[in-house]
Amino acid sequence: MSAAPAYSEDKGGSAGPGEPEYGHDPASGGIFSSDYKRHDDLKEMLDTNKDSLKLEAMKRIVAMIARGKNASDLFPAVVKNVACKNIEVKKLVYVYLVRYAEEQQDLALLSISTFQRGLKDPNQLIRASALRVLSSIRVPIIVPIMMLAIKEAASDMSPYVRKTAAHAIPKLYSLDSDQKDQLIEVIEKLLADKTTLVAGSVVMAFEEVCPERIDLIHKNYRKLCNLLIDVEEWGQVVIISMLTRYARTQFLSPTQNESLLEENAEKAFYGSEEDEAKGAGSEETAAAAPARKPYIMDPDHRLLLRNTKPLLQSRSAAVVMAVAQLYFHLAPKAEVGVIAKALVRLLRSHSEVQYVVLQNVATMSIKRRGMFEPYLKSFYIRSTDPTQIKILKLEVLTNLANETNIPTVLREFQTYIRSMDKDFVAATIQAIGRCATNIGRVRDTCLNGLVQLLSNRDELVVAESVVVIKKLLQMQPAQHGEIIKHLAKLTDNIQVPMARASILWLIGEYCEHVPRIAPDVLRKMAKSFTAEEDIVKLQVINLAAKLYLTNSKQTKLLTQYVLSLAKYDQNYDIRDRARFTRQLIVPSEQGGALSRHAKKLFLAPKPAPVLESSFKDRDHFQLGSLSHLLNAKATGYQELPDWPEEAPDPSVRNVEVPEWTKCSNREKRKEKEKPFYSDSEGESGPTESADSDPESESESDSKSSSESGSGESSSESDNEDQDEDEEKGRGSESEQSEEDGKRKTKKKKVPEGKGEASSSDEDSDSSSSTSESEMTSESEEEQLEPASWRRKTPPSSKRAPATKEISLLDLEDFTPPSVQPVSPPAIVSTSLAADLEGLTLTDSTLVPSLLSPVSCVGRQELLHRVAGEGLVVDYTFSRQPFSGDPHMVSVHIHFSNSSDTPIKGLHVGTPKLPAGISIQEFPEIESLAPGESATAVMGINFCDSTQAANFQLCTQTRQFYVSIQPPVGELMAPVFMSENEFKKEQGLQGGH
Amino acid sequence: MIHSLFLINSSGDIFLEKHWKSVVSRSVCDYFFEAQERATEAENVPPVIPTPHHYLLSVYRHKIFFVAVIQTEVPPLFVIEFLHRVVDTFQDYFGVCSEPVIKDNVVVVYEVLEEMLDNGFPLATESNILKELIKPPTILRTVVNTITGSTNVGDQLPTGQLSVVPWRRTGVKYTNNEAYFDVIEEIDAIIDKSGSTITAEIQGVIDACVKLTGMPDLTLSFMNPRLLDDVSFHPCVRFKRWESERILSFIPPDGNFRLLSYHVSAQNLVAIPVYVKHNISFRDSSSLGRFEITVGPKQTMGKTIEGVTVTSQMPKGVLNMSLTPSQGTHTFDPVTKMLSWDVGKINPQKPPNLKGTMSLQAGASKPDENPTINLQFKIQQLAISGLKVNRLDMYGEKYKPFKGIKYMTKAGKFQVRT
Repeated sequence: MSAAPAYSEDKGGSAGPGEPEYGHDPASGGIFSSDYKRHDDLKEMLDTNKDSLKLEAMKRIVAMIARGKNASDLFPAVVKNVACKNIEVKKLVYVYLVRYAEEQQDLALLSISTFQRGLKDPNQLIRASALRVLSSIRVPIIVPIMMLAIKEAASDMSPYVRKTAAHAIPKLYSLDSDQKDQLIEVIEKLLADKTTLVAGSVVMAFEEVCPERIDLIHKNYRKLCNLLIDVEEWGQVVIISMLTRYARTQFLSPTQNESLLEENAEKAFYGSEEDEAKGAGSEETAAAAPARKPYIMDPDHRLLLRNTKPLLQSRSAAVVMAVAQLYFHLAPKAEVGVIAKALVRLLRSHSEVQYVVLQNVATMSIKRRGMFEPYLKSFYIRSTDPTQIKILKLEVLTNLANETNIPTVLREFQTYIRSMDKDFVAATIQAIGRCATNIGRVRDTCLNGLVQLLSNRDELVVAESVVVIKKLLQMQPAQHGEIIKHLAKLTDNIQVPMARASILWLIGEYCEHVPRIAPDVLRKMAKSFTAEEDIVKLQVINLAAKLYLTNSKQTKLLTQYVLSLAKYDQNYDIRDRARFTRQLIVPSEQGGALSRHAKKLFLAPKPAPVLESSFKDRDHFQLGSLSHLLNAKATGYQELPDWPEEAPDPSVRNVEVPEWTKCSNREKRKEKEKPFYSDSEGESGPTESADSDPESESESDSKSSSESGSGESSSESDNEDQDEDEEKGRGSESEQSEEDGKRKTKKKKVPEGKGEASSSDEDSDSSSSTSESEMTSESEEEQLEPASWRRKTPPSSKRAPATKEISLLDLEDFTPPSVQPVSPPAIVSTSLAADLEGLTLTDSTLVPSLLSPVSCVGRQELLHRVAGEGLVVDYTFSRQPFSGDPHMVSVHIHFSNSSDTPIKGLHVGTPKLPAGISIQEFPEIESLAPGESATAVMGINFCDSTQAANFQLCTQTRQFYVSIQPPVGELMAPVFMSENEFKKEQGLQGGH
Repeated sequence: MIHSLFLINSSGDIFLEKHWKSVVSRSVCDYFFEAQERATEAENVPPVIPTPHHYLLSVYRHKIFFVAVIQTEVPPLFVIEFLHRVVDTFQDYFGVCSEPVIKDNVVVVYEVLEEMLDNGFPLATESNILKELIKPPTILRTVVNTITGSTNVGDQLPTGQLSVVPWRRTGVKYTNNEAYFDVIEEIDAIIDKSGSTITAEIQGVIDACVKLTGMPDLTLSFMNPRLLDDVSFHPCVRFKRWESERILSFIPPDGNFRLLSYHVSAQNLVAIPVYVKHNISFRDSSSLGRFEITVGPKQTMGKTIEGVTVTSQMPKGVLNMSLTPSQGTHTFDPVTKMLSWDVGKINPQKPPNLKGTMSLQAGASKPDENPTINLQFKIQQLAISGLKVNRLDMYGEKYKPFKGIKYMTKAGKFQVRT
């Protein structure tokens, strides 16, 4: 429906007055004058004041560009309109400008000032688009301007502008590679950016400008891993492939241990290694094994694997493939299996996607056959598949065939042979040949099947079979005299040169098995020699020579006849061969030394050919890459490095934290953590399903360990710490350096945040994200990989403050101030709180009233209506010390019952708290009628940390797991202070 | 990344070109035409063609080749996925994606392409964002534009790109708030000669049409989520919630989108709802062959099978066929040797059949291959895997939306070997 009006509309735009444009199409090059005239009228339209005329002119010009017509002579007329008010005109002018600026550099400079003005615009989107166009103009003179603009934009408040800056980097680099050093600085800066919007683009820039500077990644590695899931799809692909390379340089191979274990099992595979060891004495191997340190996966390595795994569920084939290659290259053998299912899913997609995926599956299936075996049937071929897909599937099926499934595979192949697609049939026959060579058990069956095919009516099929049979017979010629005889008979009928040549070669090679037939075949061939193809002629000479050597009595004359014919052949190869053969076999006067060895030369035992997949060894290219697909290095391909022998220092990835005794802590934790990963890996089988893989197992382990109270050592708390580290780092930095400014903005922000939080849109957003985090703790009992999604929550809550730090006034990025991370050294906190207190705002939260219900401002959700089965629980920090214990923060808990039955006996049950944190429970609430709500106060001593307090909320019938994680800002107590006192404190604090 | 894009129609004309970096001469497409010639059939053109200086990556859809030119290493799927996204976007914008439509809307197409890539790297590919930037042409807008002289380019700047939910635009308003979900399952199967199933799988999708005001937060739960073996989500779905509770929780994009696609594993037994009886025989002696097909229902859970179409590629030796169907219409194209039989509804009491003779090339020996039969059918109100949606809840907004759910089973790649 919509197409029809669009048609007429565009007619109005481009064909109405622009009719000549269509009319002239074929002759546009030829009749220059009319071409000129047409452009004249466009120029006129562009010069008018009417936007509509301008727009029409621009539309026609763009249509010309789209069809590849040259419109460069309009440049001056178009560029004038760069400052046009009409947005569509402006956009089209941009399109034109970017297309032709390179050709008309001087004139293009006219437009620069407009963009420079745009770069200063208060609207972030205008700034971004100005930068985008400016950087797309490929005019070398403006390089310094671009550089300046990029640098400025890289520290813009708006993440969108920073993203555009990241995009501009490769553009500038391709224009002038001398700027590399400066650009790397910008990249380094942007890499540290904490927004998802920027991450993908800056990594792209990194890959194009300085992929070798892996050291820039260290500090950002963990952040990138954590952000990954929220980055847009295209960015994910780029980041994942970069991280694959990074991991290869920084971590130890997870398979080195396994290879040790399997050395005995897979002797052939690790042959060379084994041999060496044998040479040195086998006791030494035994001694060496325990001497090598047991492999322990770096927690950062694990982090990467864990955070990429959910992306296998992405709708984008490119992301799935990227994760698959990451797992293939980085994961321990036992875990690689998870990617098979996702890859098989992609086979449902468009044929182009199938094509690429199958290529990669073919490579993987050679190395890790077991991985795809359960999905064998998904590779069965349909008659409607395009030929190239059929052949790839066949390749995979052949790779997957083994002793157990070979009967089904062969049965399947049998139906393929009757396909109408002859190329495919030929490929199938080849595949059967490969199965037969790989799996000894079925060799005879295959051979028989192929022999039956020899009576097929299609010559191509027969020919292909002959070629394959030849290869198979070479493996065990003695038993197959019959088949050779059968083949000999075929020479009468079969016309395909390759097949004839193969038969002749076979007869010659095994002439002692068919002593009677061979001379007869030669006789026939001699008769038809002149009519044969070159390849056949060569084999006839070959056969003649061999027969002459074994059975010269019968064939002497024939051989001489053949050689004489060959001597006068048109093809010099054949003449050459004939001369050569004659010298070798016919003893001449000189009695050449060679002719004595002729028999050895011609009838030497020849090794059987090995039928190999063309995908063997392709895995030295990074999977999923263009180079892998083409099996040739593409321009700009980054080699996938080998695993290092010794792990580089993992501490480079630690993000610096000014204070805190974190380092020693971390070390300890790591030690505890490590064995527990390796254990779970040892247990897990190779083909675990996604739901119960080793990882999640270990996670739930860690979870339960934290539940049981030993707390600290769990990986989860590690993650949180890590995030805390970052926050802390930032918090304290802001504390010290920009204290004053910060406080002022804080003052401003508090009321603003309140207004915002109550507005519905924003609120639903933020509350939904918090509710999720509540959910996670609530459903701990399910223990379905909890830590992996738990892990996802910190980045989202962390990201918000990050953006805020840079763009304080940006409403889009606004989140309630409660998440503002500030570290809580006692002095600062008190002074800051006093500061807040000093504000004469009608801020109810600051009024010390213990049980008065605080306005819904700043309420965080503790238990969602759905999860709580009607019980809704919110909490607020009342920002005052808890009356019972000065170290405790009082938390108001609001209960309301939205179900239709009363809820009874609300109380806190068995808290599981990290060390140091304690809870003062609220008195039990007897009953909560439907629709009613109640408020209780409880005290929590967070011990000045931002670790979450986890506890159970119990009703008579149910228990809900909830957790309160305090934003740092809420851990402070109000202190009254005079201005002087405040200044004094400030003096003490500030080192500046 | 992506340097240029060429759109080539089936007769080999380049009818649109767009460059994101320096201009690449269209003569680079000559390599593509060479490959196309070699491949004989459009679908057999290799998706990746190396040339001395560039690599050509192409997808073929709607009888148009979308050829992307790249110069350096890039994951091929990245480009292919992007090209498909381009086609989807065009389809979304213009209803159909065909050469005349693209030619007629060349300016909009160009504007859209300009926004989708920046320097060859994808910038805005979510159709919601794009539609905010450049409004798709509609009847109303065309009329308004001609009268007022306003344009298709959105005058307010898009904010979607900046938000936490980039797939949803802000300020959505509807008078009727409705959310419809279609659960569509396709059966991929290969049935062998004797009627036994060689392989059968169910691939399902949930397509949604959501027109809700504001920022609704939806949750969708299933009665039997364990059925879903392998799933892939629209980016709006909260993955952790699914992992923990098997509940789909999401803030939906506005309009039509694919919420989820899933796979029901081959391990579960798949109920095949139809059977095909066939008797196709060629005889050596005569130039006539016999042909008979009967299609009938099997395990349909009481639902009728509709929209049945049977197609079959006959061997080259078949010159013509004279057949009589018990219902529906049939055609045989003697050039392409394609037989197609539009059956319609299947009446369980009277299974439709198609019967007759084939005339073969005289003198030639009988074709040694039997044709495969491809089947299309639809069953309304049934998800063959047994998947059932439990409930749909909405949070974050006050109004009560109208909710609807529809099930359908279709044949995917359903083949019967004979």
